[in-house]
Amino acid sequence: MNDRPAVSITGLTKQFKAGVTALTGIDLEVQPREFVSLIGPSGCGKSTMLRIIGDLIEPSAGTVEVNGKTAHRARLDHDYGIVFQEAVLYDWRTVSKNIALPLELLRWSKEKRQQRVNELLGLVELEGFEDHHPWQLSGGMQQRVAIARALSFDPALLLMDEPFGALDEMTRERMNLELLRIWEASGSTIVFVTHSIPEAVFLSTRVVVMSARPGRVSAIVDVDLPYPRTARTREEPRFFELVTEVRERLAGGEVAA
Amino acid sequence: MLTRAAECGKHARMASIAVDRTTTPRIAAVHGGRRVLLVVCGIAAFWGLWEAYRWIGESLGITWPFAVNAVNMPHIHDMLHALTLPLQPGGPPLIHYEWHWALFTAKEALLGFVLGAAIGFGLAVFLAHSRILRRGLLPYIIVSQTVPILAVAPMVVVGLGQKGVEPWIAVSVIAAYLTFFPVAMNTLRGLLSPDRRDLELMRSYAADRRSVLWKLRVPASLPFVFSALKISATACVIGAIIGETPASIQDGLGGAIVNFNQYYSTGPERLWATNIVCAVLGFAFFGVIVLAEKLVLRRAPEHIA
Repeated sequence: MNDRPAVSITGLTKQFKAGVTALTGIDLEVQPREFVSLIGPSGCGKSTMLRIIGDLIEPSAGTVEVNGKTAHRARLDHDYGIVFQEAVLYDWRTVSKNIALPLELLRWSKEKRQQRVNELLGLVELEGFEDHHPWQLSGGMQQRVAIARALSFDPALLLMDEPFGALDEMTRERMNLELLRIWEASGSTIVFVTHSIPEAVFLSTRVVVMSARPGRVSAIVDVDLPYPRTARTREEPRFFELVTEVRERLAGGEVAA
Repeated sequence: MLTRAAECGKHARMASIAVDRTTTPRIAAVHGGRRVLLVVCGIAAFWGLWEAYRWIGESLGITWPFAVNAVNMPHIHDMLHALTLPLQPGGPPLIHYEWHWALFTAKEALLGFVLGAAIGFGLAVFLAHSRILRRGLLPYIIVSQTVPILAVAPMVVVGLGQKGVEPWIAVSVIAAYLTFFPVAMNTLRGLLSPDRRDLELMRSYAADRRSVLWKLRVPASLPFVFSALKISATACVIGAIIGETPASIQDGLGGAIVNFNQYYSTGPERLWATNIVCAVLGFAFFGVIVLAEKLVLRRAPEHIA
């Protein structure tokens, strides 16, 4: 239906005012329905890159297109939903109302909003918590509300900035499974920032390995593990091989054949 | 991926993780009862201290910092008793007058409060939108509060009087003058309280300024607004009482205080009784705001200022 790349980045460079070069010469294309992870050491500009795709900050040079439009146009057209490391829920809103926030801004009718929120509560398995306030939820539950909110208006692209970084390992692995289920159910494209190698390999169709100072794409690793991936996927030899490959790419060395 | 049973188990676990802070009516009643008991104990303790100091002071003849006697420290029960005695022979008791004075002052204070809160809020919204405006206007707003209210009050009353404004409304303007400042300052802080992430989220939705204001900044500011309104609730009553003096208004508590001050040596209990009425009025204003806050704010306990 749509064969334009979901994200197309050419010659992207970002310099901050202090003279720090965060990103330089980035070229990347993400196809629709892909799950692409950006991984790299702190300061490699992966979050900056995600923010540029979302038009939350501007690039210094280069072009960024989302769904064949400029990143700015795409933001105005609500082409993407974003999830941050913190859930960023509004305290004064209930779970339902937090999820419905973008829909209110899009001026959906109350009935339509209610219906959509109910669907999403099912999708992220939070039925029964719709009238709770964010401070009554655990960290994992808050993050699921944030994901539901990002999905609420059915954006083609989901940008996720270390969404599970603040969660404990157990919760994180469970959230990984749920995210894959949601990704398969929603049919969206995901660009996912993480600093966890197993997480990147487990989730993604491709892992973009970045290096720091200045931030560059140093390698792209295709993950050929079949979907649906389950808890058992983490025990497969191929999973370990890929984790090792990403780790060596991160270290900057050549991969042993 | 997940069996239905596993899901159910997960939900149960999450329900236990979620801290349920909705209190049952029974617990609320216990809390309410405890609070009333505390207030009663507080009043009793104050009463006891007052009377004990007076008794010791009189027995030892304490004269510093002031002479302890019936004029400087009337018995509290005498103050309350004074409320039941007629102001003029054969007339209604003092409490009858106090009630009408209090209503009159309350009217002034209420109008002043509403005016001041509205102006303060509007000013904060205005200032929140521009750093340059904040830099330029804030010093003047602060200076406005360093001018003694006693100096401003006659100017306001006379100035507005010349324009044909009723004196009690002029008093409201003085009450508003004391109200707007804390509201403006705290609301401004509240409007600027959303952090970068909160704003980035709105930006990601391409929300316009108005939506950011009403769906993010204003709700985020409400705890700040309410803590300001609590300050203003008592300040506006003080403003109304003080405003009555230069306006020579005889119908309110301020007028009564001036009056009883002149007859202090012969009947100190009346002035003290009027002070008690003023305190009760201020407390009533405060209480209304606390109630409103409880109704409006549904927020994490630590976020309620």
